[in-house]
Amino acid sequence: MLVLAFDTATPAVTAAVHDGERVLAERTTVDARRHGELLVPTIEEVLRAAGVTLRDVTAIVSGRGPGPYTGLRVGLATAQALASATGAPAYGVCTLDAIAYAVAADGPFLVATDARRKEVFWGSYDAGGARLAGPAVDRPDALPGVLPVAGAGARMYAATIGPDRVIDPEYPSAGALAALAAELLAAGAELEPPLPIYLRRPDARVPGPPKRVTA
Amino acid sequence: MGDAPLVLGIETSCDETGIGLVRGHTLLADTIASSVDEHARFGGVVPEVASRAHLEALTPTLERALERAGVKLSDVDAVAVTAGPGLAGALLVGVAAAKAYALGLGVPLYGVNHLAAHVAVDQLEHGPLPKPCVALLVSGGHSSLLLVTDVAREVISLGATVDDAAGEAFDKVARLLGLPFPGGPHIDRAAASGSGDAIAFPRGKYDDGTFDFSFSGLKTAVARWIEARQAAGEPVPVADVAASFQEAVVDVLTRKALQACARYGVKDLLIGGGVAANSRLRALARERCEAAGVRLRVPRPGLCTDNGAMVAALGAEMLAAGVPASTLDIPADSSLPVTTVKV
Ligand SMILES: [Zn+2]
Repeated sequence: MLVLAFDTATPAVTAAVHDGERVLAERTTVDARRHGELLVPTIEEVLRAAGVTLRDVTAIVSGRGPGPYTGLRVGLATAQALASATGAPAYGVCTLDAIAYAVAADGPFLVATDARRKEVFWGSYDAGGARLAGPAVDRPDALPGVLPVAGAGARMYAATIGPDRVIDPEYPSAGALAALAAELLAAGAELEPPLPIYLRRPDARVPGPPKRVTA
Repeated sequence: MGDAPLVLGIETSCDETGIGLVRGHTLLADTIASSVDEHARFGGVVPEVASRAHLEALTPTLERALERAGVKLSDVDAVAVTAGPGLAGALLVGVAAAKAYALGLGVPLYGVNHLAAHVAVDQLEHGPLPKPCVALLVSGGHSSLLLVTDVAREVISLGATVDDAAGEAFDKVARLLGLPFPGGPHIDRAAASGSGDAIAFPRGKYDDGTFDFSFSGLKTAVARWIEARQAAGEPVPVADVAASFQEAVVDVLTRKALQACARYGVKDLLIGGGVAANSRLRALARERCEAAGVRLRVPRPGLCTDNGAMVAALGAEMLAAGVPASTLDIPADSSLPVTTVKV
């Protein structure tokens, strides 16, 4: 098994190669405005660092978000096109699950990422990293309970949720995403297609009658 | 042309997901998925709706194109994609996919200018472009007058709209007349039974000595005229308003296009973009070109509107001309200037 995984649902552009046992290479750059520029060079870099080629890849995995849509779609469009070009299957995994996979917790916790407009995308997880609720989008003060919170949403709204609830990691790592996907694939689980998780409708208003121009 | 390289073209700059497959100047397939129906009730293209539709449509539209052309994706020798100008989020879907195809297939990538692609597409129908030629590109997104010395390398901007695009003016006037979006075809149809000189609407920048356009004043004049009729309790003569508005637009467009031909001693005029489908624009351009001894080239309507074939056509031209490929870290540039033919 050789998994190529990447995620663009948060400000982090991250890619990794995993051979079913361990992460062979991983690169992450945090730059919210350059997902489109950074992703393919990052993929090339991890393939080179792992000493493999695209032809060796047996599964392509992209984070499905939720995340700000423009960046999110870069990863998913890339996964779909790479799958068409190489013949390897492409899958999607919830980005919050990838963050949760990297959380070292001895009890349940939350993951929250920046949804912009003063909201967070969030989910709740058990100690083993299995999702119990979400993904959902809400204001940070609507996050339930007193559980620790991973993800950039926790840091952004530390003052609201309480600074002592903030835990690592801040961003998803493609290494964790790849490891999670490799585990699921090895267990024979059915992974989801590389399609985005959208939690909001597009902003659009049906216009009223034309405005008068005569005073 | 059987041996010419096979070029895949991807267009996602607005509301059409277009995939084209071209060998040299031969069009093998041109498939389109449009989200226009989803935008209609909003009276204009909603960027997020368009971007979502592109991601959904891209792979199926590519598969249809491959099937129609009878080729496999692995036969593709180069990938071309619209890198700009256009809607940022929409462009990004196509550019991300194009890079991944280029990487996955191990072939060169050409990130190309959408406007230059509107020019290059005519080669699929009418053969090699005369060098130089003047191009008038008119659509809901652009109104540009270009001097094209070599579409694969150099396009010079002579002028552009300073406010609304020509197609945008059609949309807005259609709305004033209670006609659906997109307005172009409806205005054209309504105008057929009206008179183009019934109402003397203003022609912006008509004699200003530039090759720029302005349609915002015209649109306001139409609105004011309609409101005056309504205030007087009189019915609005839709056909005459449509025809007179349309006449004002195409008069300015063709006049400036032919002035540009005269100024630069160019004997070939090309008209492209969605508004090139307008029947009155075609007729008046033909008439004025004939009078001026200028040859007119207008691709068929399906190639005038946004499509993947035009992008593939420009990519094929660049490949044949030995233009160096783009790198895989190019950005999508929503305001890419027309002078940047390749990113
Ligand atoms: Zn266009």
